[in-house]
Amino acid sequence: MLTTLLFYVFATILVGSAVGVVLSRNPVRAALFLVLAFFESSVLWLLLDAEFLGLVLVLVYVGAVMVLFLFVIMMLDINVAQLREGFTKHAPLGALVAGLMIAEIVYVVWFRHLGMSLSVTAPPLPANYSNTHLLGQVLYTDYMLPFELAAIVLLIAIVAAIALTMRHRVGFKKQDVSAQVARRREEAVRIVKVDAEKTS
Amino acid sequence: MTIINSLIDRLSALWASIPEFLHAPIIKTAEIIGVMLVVVISVALLTYAERKVIGWMQARHGPNQIRIFGLPILKGVAQPFADVIKLLLKEVLLPSKADKLLFLAAPMIAIVTALTTWAVVPFSPDFVLADVDAGLLYLLAMTSLGVYGVIIAGWASNSKYAMLGAMRSAAQIVAYEIAMGFALVGVLMAAGSLNLTDIVRAQSGGLLHWNLLWLFPLMIIYFISGVAETNRAPFDVVEGESEIVAGFHVEYSGATFATVFALPEYANMILIAMLTSVFFLGGWLSPFQGLVPADWLLAQSSFLWLFVKTLWFLFVYLWIRATFPRYRYDQIMRLGWKVFIPLTIVWILVECGMVALRVGPWAQFG
Repeated sequence: MLTTLLFYVFATILVGSAVGVVLSRNPVRAALFLVLAFFESSVLWLLLDAEFLGLVLVLVYVGAVMVLFLFVIMMLDINVAQLREGFTKHAPLGALVAGLMIAEIVYVVWFRHLGMSLSVTAPPLPANYSNTHLLGQVLYTDYMLPFELAAIVLLIAIVAAIALTMRHRVGFKKQDVSAQVARRREEAVRIVKVDAEKTS
Repeated sequence: MTIINSLIDRLSALWASIPEFLHAPIIKTAEIIGVMLVVVISVALLTYAERKVIGWMQARHGPNQIRIFGLPILKGVAQPFADVIKLLLKEVLLPSKADKLLFLAAPMIAIVTALTTWAVVPFSPDFVLADVDAGLLYLLAMTSLGVYGVIIAGWASNSKYAMLGAMRSAAQIVAYEIAMGFALVGVLMAAGSLNLTDIVRAQSGGLLHWNLLWLFPLMIIYFISGVAETNRAPFDVVEGESEIVAGFHVEYSGATFATVFALPEYANMILIAMLTSVFFLGGWLSPFQGLVPADWLLAQSSFLWLFVKTLWFLFVYLWIRATFPRYRYDQIMRLGWKVFIPLTIVWILVECGMVALRVGPWAQFG
């Protein structure tokens, strides 16, 4: 009962913040609404006992991805009026995409439901159920190869992103830390003996 | 005595009249409020300790005037409370071109994220607010949320100094979070669990069984990253007075200043100090376990041990602040990305070797 009530509270906030992402006039506020939307969906996962997925969503998307997003958006001086100019022109295309997505969801949930019955509630989870433990077990045994492949793809993406943006400008002054650390006193300081001035 | 007895009788009658299913929530709420109060009072005392310790390190006295109700003992102890009262009575200024809603929301986000993290900290063998399965992930998730308070405060102030401070903070926290997470991967491998109580229990058996010995580089990296995450000296370019006035909190005053800046920062300092003790120094475990007879007081595990360890790390925090000059910004980034992250990865590989060869704490699995 309480879980259902909580679900509706958080789901309402989730839908509200998702609408806020689209409707808010200020790009920074839109990004913050997106943060709220991510957070609420992680709460919904927690309500389903999927604590690993929920917390990782907060950690990765809210804690890292959205911070960098905000970082970029705050630096830009975005002219909102200019962005809104093309709204009527692109509206039909947007409506088409939205309609397609809704149709797909309806098809999957109502007509196929993947062999599951919709009216039956899920069986209660065992007392010592640990979402983290089970996920780890499946990922590192049955899906070992796809999991590792995904990691390699991500690594390649990181290296490629750095390689594409790395530029060596000529005449660019750069700090060479090892040279600084290797510098000794003898190279930097010269001790000069100066005779004291003779008093006449 | 009869008055006290009748009072106790009335209270227990009142308690019995509350329906049974409400007992657990009421006790939990009382515990949560208790922990929050203790954290807030510790923050006040920590600011006092900071000014005193740094004062002595710099050969001066620090605050030594304000006494509790004017009593002629413990001169200066009441200083933080006087400061808090002063801050709360001051006017809260709103910059005219600020985003008002976000400007006022930022301190609340900062304080909520700083206090929610305390839910999973194991204080003693039998007291932890929420003994959740993925406690460590929860901690990482909540501490990563803390940056929003700073970013929103910086942006909503509509001031270039606040904005620069917020940018610096965002980049710094993202950089050091990775090193922190990797350092904790080592702890996970040693404990085999994400539950903080289990992590402490995995280290039982005295000083030599703590993670301190086998994961020493990770402890150093974790603590230094913690100093950087809490924006403390020498990583406090976020506030950098010499360049950007006061950074992200330059427009805040009065009560909002106390909540956007002082309280979360000091609460997070205590949290990092406590977590370093939990992850690497065996939390509430006694260092003399197994070295002296088990029925001695010295061998008992209790909150006191965690308290002593936390105090030590807090002292190191202050010691670092009094000792080191501020890092330059590009040096902070270099230390995080190019030194700490590779080091943690190397040590995780070393630890993999130790696990495979069944050395040290992993010998029992042999």
